[in-house]
Amino acid sequence: MTGTVLNCGYVPLVDCAPLVIAKELGFAAEQGLALNLVQQPSWSALRDMLALGHLDAAQMLSPMPVAMSLGLGSLPADVDTLMVLSVNGTVFGVSNPLAADLEGVSFGDAPALLSALARRKGATLRIGVPFHYSMHRLLLSYWTAAAPEMTVEEVTVPPPRMADAVGEGFVDAFWVGEPWGSVAVQKGVAQLMMTGRDVWQFAPEKVLAARHDWVVENDDLARRLMVAVYQAAAWLDAPKNKPLAVEILGRSAHLSMSTDLIDPAVSGQLVPRPDAPPQTIDRFIQFHNHAANFPWRSQAAWIGHQLGIDAAGIARAKASFRSDLYRRHLGDFGSDMPGASEKVEGSLQVETAVASSRGHLILAPDAFFDGRTFDFSPIE
Amino acid sequence: MSAGMNRNLRILVVEPDPERVREIVEALQSAGWSDVQAMTRVATLDRTVKAFAPDIVLIDLANPDRDTLEQITQATEASKRAVALFVDRTDDTLTQAALNAGVSAYVVDGLQMDRIKPVLETAVARFKITRQMQSELDAAKRALVDRKTIDRAKGIIMRQRALSEDAAYALLRKTAMDQSRKVIDVAQALVTAADLLS
Repeated sequence: MTGTVLNCGYVPLVDCAPLVIAKELGFAAEQGLALNLVQQPSWSALRDMLALGHLDAAQMLSPMPVAMSLGLGSLPADVDTLMVLSVNGTVFGVSNPLAADLEGVSFGDAPALLSALARRKGATLRIGVPFHYSMHRLLLSYWTAAAPEMTVEEVTVPPPRMADAVGEGFVDAFWVGEPWGSVAVQKGVAQLMMTGRDVWQFAPEKVLAARHDWVVENDDLARRLMVAVYQAAAWLDAPKNKPLAVEILGRSAHLSMSTDLIDPAVSGQLVPRPDAPPQTIDRFIQFHNHAANFPWRSQAAWIGHQLGIDAAGIARAKASFRSDLYRRHLGDFGSDMPGASEKVEGSLQVETAVASSRGHLILAPDAFFDGRTFDFSPIE
Repeated sequence: MSAGMNRNLRILVVEPDPERVREIVEALQSAGWSDVQAMTRVATLDRTVKAFAPDIVLIDLANPDRDTLEQITQATEASKRAVALFVDRTDDTLTQAALNAGVSAYVVDGLQMDRIKPVLETAVARFKITRQMQSELDAAKRALVDRKTIDRAKGIIMRQRALSEDAAYALLRKTAMDQSRKVIDVAQALVTAADLLS
């Protein structure tokens, strides 16, 4: 492996695929990068290693760089989001005893599921999430806020332990990234009730992040990394490449996971219960198409808003999503750039053509389950 | 800080391997710390942190339960705890950077316990200082906001009653004393009322 060594942290989940593909298919090498993927045991550890300079860049849960830049959590640092690595890709599942109380609620019906949960008598609902600053947790809070009569306790559980946590009754339900939802179903301890996109149809899930200082000092390295990952993401989203992608990810030492665990997420074919046929889920994970990689400043603003920050904080959150850098580094590269860097989040009910540099950009629906919209553009 | 340094630290060890737990507890005890509790599973971590109230929690950097611990030790002011992490390789810059960040200490060389005592003591001291600074910062911010509110209230009184600044403040203070309330509360009520009526 030759080229400039770049240490990039990741957590072994299916949606680290763009980084693995960038390395395994040689997109990074083409950019003169020796991409060193460094597996991290937890999101806290990954955050510390990035903040303390032991990693140059990292895959992060989309709220992490925003929270760090806002000084929230235990290790604040100015961290920029260079691009979005994946949109959607999470599932909400419940324990078998809880599922028995939810008979008749159809898969993916977020409002009906919430009503059914809220109607249940009984104790606080304990729901496992992978990390406090995760899109899982923000979507869970956003969704359950619509049923204030329900008491929910959010419990942080590492994804590989989610199946055991629900099987042993430590949590009643969970919101987790693949393959860990499917693992719980295969173990026969849980049923999947919906996916993250049933609450928000276009939620930025993982991002590529780096320290702000590092980005300033390593402009060209950042560009080469972004180009390599962008190409990998585009390759991943081509339907004809999916079977090969599953194969490569399965063989890669970086993921060390069997192909039958990787396939449901990549193909969008989820099995909600052991005895049920697979559900086909459109855009279960979006790696590239519909400007999925574009770091919309309005997405950062929505994250900041959910974290309960003020207007000055929203402005800081927006600035940490580097759509300026994305335009500069990937615009020349031939990417079709949206005309604006913010949109009204939640306003798209259907696929919509929008103004773009090449005129071919179609955005995917980004509606919320309750039909709300969020306009974070400054008030004139 | 010297009094705090000499006190017997109360330490919680989170480690799944019972053999390793035994080694760690022994090492801590031979370093002079007797108030040590260990747990192999984090399922009851939140209750243990509340009940045992450790000064510091020790966990291996490679332990995936770190995120759970992180949430519990950050959730509320009362449950905030210093956390120290075992790292399996020597890396003084990492330890120093982590200590300077004021949150976690990286205890290097895994179980080289001759080094653990100063690192843990520094981590706890550092954690307390950071926490103290944070609460002072919060207090300073609050004071600034309060002063702005009082200035606004004074301005409203000066305009409405054609009084000097000193007289306006005297009126605010007298009203507060008469009602057994704080000046800031009276000022806040006045500002809120003025906003409603404007």
